[in-house]
Amino acid sequence: MHVDGNAAAGLLTQVFARDMTGAHGTCGSCGHNGPLAEAVVYGEAAGTVFRCPTCDNVLMTLVEAPGRILARLAGLRWLAVPI
Amino acid sequence: MSVISQGFQGRGRRDDRLPPGQYETHDFPVLSAGPTPYISVDEWQFTIDTEDGARHTWSWQDLMALPKSTPHVDIHCVTRWSKFDTDWEGVSLDVLLEDVESAAEYALVSSYGGYTTNLPLEDLLDGKAWIAYAFDGRPLAPEHGGPARLLVPHLYFWKSAKWVRGIRLLDQDEPGFWETAGYHNYGDPWHEQRYWGD
Repeated sequence: MHVDGNAAAGLLTQVFARDMTGAHGTCGSCGHNGPLAEAVVYGEAAGTVFRCPTCDNVLMTLVEAPGRILARLAGLRWLAVPI
Repeated sequence: MSVISQGFQGRGRRDDRLPPGQYETHDFPVLSAGPTPYISVDEWQFTIDTEDGARHTWSWQDLMALPKSTPHVDIHCVTRWSKFDTDWEGVSLDVLLEDVESAAEYALVSSYGGYTTNLPLEDLLDGKAWIAYAFDGRPLAPEHGGPARLLVPHLYFWKSAKWVRGIRLLDQDEPGFWETAGYHNYGDPWHEQRYWGD
């Protein structure tokens, strides 16, 4: 089962220390650009997986370990964070 | 006269069978990192690629023609649930690797849908791993990895790749999906190897 990026807003705030649902990312596979809030999110896994809504490419994973969150952003070409 | 029964306890005491940090569940939770691929047995194919580039391929009919095993095992998920006394049906990797010539030390398992996971080749040998196609006497459901998944119960269950489609034998270790995302490269539940650095 999946949800959208809004459902992971709290976890994203823990990692980036700001509201990230308005941040835009570009998929490293198909080039789709859109807000993280529109990512397809699988949260019932060993970590939280953000996938591109266009091509299913894994944009980002967040793994919650004791005392730290491990973030992998390898599927993003870039991430634009509003300031 | 009252009769006190400890009930069925399977092989050994239950607390001896629970790795550190785990709890027992009687459900079979479904965890997925992506959409469930629906692969018909007509299109299903399993390959083993050696470090020399040789490819060995099995169709579903080929797999069904091989000697089957019925492993009865406990399984342990890194999200902390363990499930005792699970019954599977499948083909041992010893059978599939019997005629594969390789001096590789590592394996990278890949799935329909793009998932990957890595482990030392020796962890697939000597009766420790199977390509499983049935659970509890029924064909393996897609949400649990059907039509076939890897079963490596001595490691955390993310190593038991759902929707398995192939194994590459490698001279150098190559971390898979969760291993590159921060999980432990090996994943021994008895040593609580959950994350990188554990």
